[in-house]
Amino acid sequence: MTTMTMGKPLRVAMGEKIAEMAETDKRLVVLDGDTAVSTRTDIFQEAHPERFFQTGIAEMNMLGMGAGMATVGDLIPIVSTFSAFIASRAHDSIRVLIAQPKLNVKLMSGYSGLLAGMTGKTHLLFDDIPIMRAMANMVVVCPVDEVETRSALEAIIAYDGPVYFRLNRGNTPIIFGDDYKFELGKAVNVRAGDDVTVFATGVHTARALEAAEALANDGIDVNLVHVPTVKPLDVDTIVAEAKKTGLVLTTEEGTIIGGLGGAIAETLGELAPMPVRRHGLQDVFGESGPDGALLDKYGISAEHVAAAIKEFVAAQE
Amino acid sequence: MTQATKTYTPEDMAEYARRARVRILEPVQHAGGRHVGGPFSAADMLAALYFGVMNVDPDNPTWEDRDRFVLSKGHSSIALYTMLALRGYFPVEELLTFDSINSRLQGHPDMTVTPGVDMSSGSLGLGFAGALGIALGGKADGKDFTTYVMLGDGECNEGIVWEGAHVAARYGLDNIVAIVDFNKLQQTGWVGNTFHERISPYLGDALADRWRAFEWHVVEVDGHDIPAFLAAVEEAKAIEGKPVVIIAHTIKGKGVSFMEGDYRWHSKVPNDEQYAQAMEELGETEGGAA
Repeated sequence: MTTMTMGKPLRVAMGEKIAEMAETDKRLVVLDGDTAVSTRTDIFQEAHPERFFQTGIAEMNMLGMGAGMATVGDLIPIVSTFSAFIASRAHDSIRVLIAQPKLNVKLMSGYSGLLAGMTGKTHLLFDDIPIMRAMANMVVVCPVDEVETRSALEAIIAYDGPVYFRLNRGNTPIIFGDDYKFELGKAVNVRAGDDVTVFATGVHTARALEAAEALANDGIDVNLVHVPTVKPLDVDTIVAEAKKTGLVLTTEEGTIIGGLGGAIAETLGELAPMPVRRHGLQDVFGESGPDGALLDKYGISAEHVAAAIKEFVAAQE
Repeated sequence: MTQATKTYTPEDMAEYARRARVRILEPVQHAGGRHVGGPFSAADMLAALYFGVMNVDPDNPTWEDRDRFVLSKGHSSIALYTMLALRGYFPVEELLTFDSINSRLQGHPDMTVTPGVDMSSGSLGLGFAGALGIALGGKADGKDFTTYVMLGDGECNEGIVWEGAHVAARYGLDNIVAIVDFNKLQQTGWVGNTFHERISPYLGDALADRWRAFEWHVVEVDGHDIPAFLAAVEEAKAIEGKPVVIIAHTIKGKGVSFMEGDYRWHSKVPNDEQYAQAMEELGETEGGAA
């Protein structure tokens, strides 16, 4: 398979970017749930100690405090910890105090998806996208690489309202050039093709791109669309890109139930019914293990994506 | 811009608390099946806060230097709405829309619709976290307003309260005053010697000791003694470098003899006879407070 340039973990790109933005944007404050050295908001802490607030290992309170801070002046609280402890543990605080009042709080969801580094079932939250996507007023953004992470952070800080921002732990291939500009609510075609439209989100889009390039050798021309904003979904682009091939496969580093695949299936079911196959994590919990072994066991490596596309296309004939 | 175009005496505040109890009972009767006991135990303190303590401007409810109030025991919302109406945030007639469809006066406080509500609440414990964030934000933003937050004693069952209590102490948040409406009863509560006897969720000094253990300065006071409560607030505001909680000893259902101290009036609608007797005891023989 093709080799892409390896870039920084998104957590590092995030920490560096918010520290840089805070040089001129005095509205930014960070609340940390005692994970800053992992999620890398410690980069912000070192640069702006007076605007970094350690709130301890107490996530429900932390999210509530973020909401309160957002009501004072024009402060923009960036609340950061592991994905599981935001979307799952602190769900009620987010629902009642952030989402319903539509307060300007940015949820930095670190260590998302399958590859959270030898942590296992407690720290691996496969259903964060469905949970946050189902919450009214919430915007859900899943960048693919460090370039998009930096650009998307500018966009979500410019947006006045709650955003769930999904970050990963490990080094991440770069698929976008330095001139790429993220647009909130827009999906982007990253590889034009005629045979099957593949929708992907987050760092997993890089695996889908690798799969698409490999499949070209097998005579399958993949039309790959990256969907960084899972909510609000770019319905017009989704429908248009789907209709280009009349055949859709979704793939993600997250549960196939209600995630990106769910969102695409709902949309196409209503607006443009056609064969849709959802690929991603199944109805299971996670476990400890090295990244490669986890990708293999849970069936979401680039090779697995390629095989899923190939099988799906073959099944249509 | 301060509250002090008119100053109110403790007697004025007591009268507003009396009117508030009448106004609380009217929409409860009107809407049916809502909270009474908790709003009544909180009424005197709310009158003291809104007419004697807080620096607010009802004509400019989002004034950024205002003192903040969060009713973390959000199920007593009608008590807050009543006090906001009496203070001039919106017409008292609107109180009758409480809990009705399209009303700005939701069953639990909603900061997006009700003028004067500084933080949504109702899922217990969350309002406290929000209030701590307001106080920390005030420090971060260089403001000198005070944040007041009222919790129920039953609410202190929630783990999030103690998450926040710990963090507040770490930051020495001396710009927040927490008030626990310690009426000793919660909705269902803890059965005593007989089925309809309920014991306090916190016996003896257990509640005060918990707050002290979390490094809060504790002031205990009779929550129905308005001059004493005003003095307690002054003491709280004078404390520097640590957060303060006022543990206000109150009586659930205070003001109506047959409601006082009976857990069954946590959430119950009086029948016509009970309503008439309650209004009489509250000094409203003709019905309808000013």
